[in-house]
Amino acid sequence: MAALHIALKDLKQRVRDRSAFLWGIVAPLGLAAIFSLLFGPIADFEVSFAVADLDGGNVAAAFVEQLGTLEQEGILTLEVADTAAAAEGLVEDGSVDAAFVIPIGFTASVSAGTAVEVEVIGNVDRAIGTQVARSVAAGFAGEINTVGAAACTVLTARDEPCAGSPSLGTLAAAALAEPAFTNSPATLVDSPAASKELSSETFYSAAMAILFLFLTVQFGVLGLLEERQNGTMRRLLAAPISPRSIVAGKALTSFVLGVVSMTVLVVGTTVLLGAEWGNSLGVAVMVLAGVIAAMGIMFVVAAFARTPEQASNLQAIIAFVLAMLGGTFFPIAQVGGLVAKLSLLTPHAWFLRGLGDLAAGGGVGAVFPAAFYVALFGIVTGGLAQLRIGRVLQP
Amino acid sequence: MAGDTRLVLEARDLKKAFKDLHAVKGVSFHIAEGETYGLLGPNGAGKTTTISMVTGLLERDAGEVIVNGQEIFTTSTEPKRAIGYVPQDIAIYPDLSARENLAFFGRLYGMGGKQLQSRIDEVLEIIGLSDRADDASEEFSGGMKRRLNIGIGLLHGPRLLMLDEPTVGVDPQSRNAILESVERLSTEGMAVLYTTHYMEEAERLCDRVGIIDEGEIKAEGTRAELVSMVGQRDKVRLSATGHLEAAVEAVRAIPEVHDASTREDGMDLLVDGADRALASILQAVAAAGTSVSSVAVDEPNLEAVFLHLTGKALRD
Repeated sequence: MAALHIALKDLKQRVRDRSAFLWGIVAPLGLAAIFSLLFGPIADFEVSFAVADLDGGNVAAAFVEQLGTLEQEGILTLEVADTAAAAEGLVEDGSVDAAFVIPIGFTASVSAGTAVEVEVIGNVDRAIGTQVARSVAAGFAGEINTVGAAACTVLTARDEPCAGSPSLGTLAAAALAEPAFTNSPATLVDSPAASKELSSETFYSAAMAILFLFLTVQFGVLGLLEERQNGTMRRLLAAPISPRSIVAGKALTSFVLGVVSMTVLVVGTTVLLGAEWGNSLGVAVMVLAGVIAAMGIMFVVAAFARTPEQASNLQAIIAFVLAMLGGTFFPIAQVGGLVAKLSLLTPHAWFLRGLGDLAAGGGVGAVFPAAFYVALFGIVTGGLAQLRIGRVLQP
Repeated sequence: MAGDTRLVLEARDLKKAFKDLHAVKGVSFHIAEGETYGLLGPNGAGKTTTISMVTGLLERDAGEVIVNGQEIFTTSTEPKRAIGYVPQDIAIYPDLSARENLAFFGRLYGMGGKQLQSRIDEVLEIIGLSDRADDASEEFSGGMKRRLNIGIGLLHGPRLLMLDEPTVGVDPQSRNAILESVERLSTEGMAVLYTTHYMEEAERLCDRVGIIDEGEIKAEGTRAELVSMVGQRDKVRLSATGHLEAAVEAVRAIPEVHDASTREDGMDLLVDGADRALASILQAVAAAGTSVSSVAVDEPNLEAVFLHLTGKALRD
């Protein structure tokens, strides 16, 4: 009962000073909106290219035709330039992101089996578009190599020498000019239901929510240090209540602040930003697990810090390091190696993973593994903190 | 007084050390119902450490504390209900109003409902904050905060009120209001433990005083007992003209007068119980043909007792 009175008193103070409101709701909601606006339209990303076919041969035509196919699929827009200078001009005036220049003798070189190259002219301000252009050119070069290898196999079957054979280039050029050959038999199809990828709105909403959750819960647990600094800890310890009920009261405050702020964020980002969190019960499980994790860390900080200011700074550092490592700012798992493995030590990574499971259409049961790891993080850290929290319960 | 009424507090042989510093070295005292007991000593004497052990805030290394018949430990809950504690530093929540501060601590002591609300009104009246009850306490003056600090300790009607230097940094008007409140509580039957380094407060409030220094109670008793323990006499200074030598000879014949000497504008006397002997002294001086224009009596006080016991001034 004493814990409840302490929690109610703390919550009243937090409502009055509005700090929890700002850290728990306004900041994460605002940042999620900003990040969504900045990175959200990635689905509508378009590139525009120019191509100057100076060769005019059938292999060059096959490359231009591939670009045309991509344009028809709405992946890029294509302008045809008559000269290399015209293509470069389109890049420089910003009409296109990059330009391909197919040099004279391109088809002949492919037929001869000698080295060929397609020049890519990129706009310095459009790095992504330029990179896509390079990838397209590299992809076509790969096809040339593949076709060359296939042609070599045919020649070998005919008991003809492959290396240096004039037939090799002829066969390869003919194959590359044949649309049925160059069209990939296998196509990668994106299936949102099967993927565990969150939409940008959902990802940044969830990422900011879990990041700021670690800052919001401090307003409860750090109250232990504030009570000491204000001298009110002496009064609490002199009262006919168990010292543990003081800790319980602060924990309850953190828990309520965490759950309320996360709930408001889930609802707010759904309504305002169009975030799709998935199964409500599953989200609730992940939120509860996240709050437990944040409280555990906060108790560790409170157990070791000397002043509320020191604890607040420490908590901010820990919150941001865990958030970055956990992939709330960018998908750090794609970096691979040790960093990707370290990422799995953070509750943030598991939190986002759990929401990914929900995004893939999973029910509440789908989040249990992720929720377990998130909550385990809090239980272990919080348990360790209890060994030292008595240090704070001193007059 | 202790023999007539029930003891509310018994502290026996309390000891506490912080690493190599022995802050309290075997302090014992008791307080009865309606009694105000003062712990008088300079800063660092061990007053706050003693009161912290008695309140159950601080674990003691040795000794025993019985409050209202129950031993107190840091983990005790029920025995602490009998104690009202007023810490030395102001311990209130500045962003809560006076009423909210009182209500919160009242609930921790198990109070609630109408009983709590009516008690809050009573306490606000006692501490003179009724008209500011709903203002945030951060807007209060230092004296008002001090009064609220005391009010929280009084709220649940404790049998034992412990005030740890409650007037430090308080303006004279607020200090007087605080002292009046403590006097009133004592007359209402509350046992009070009052720590201070102000000799005047100890003399005014306390039925008995324990003089504490370097973690030990050097002497204990009523003011009169402490003064007599030291054996100091009252100093009487007479401003007078006329036959001063004859007057000195005349007063030396009075049994209470231990010494008498002249000075340029009068005479100085050392007297046992100046209040009783003053009339005889003035009669003898007048009979010797000396005219007295003023009389000043310096009684020995607790400051002098402290100086005598410790060899240093109270405010060192």
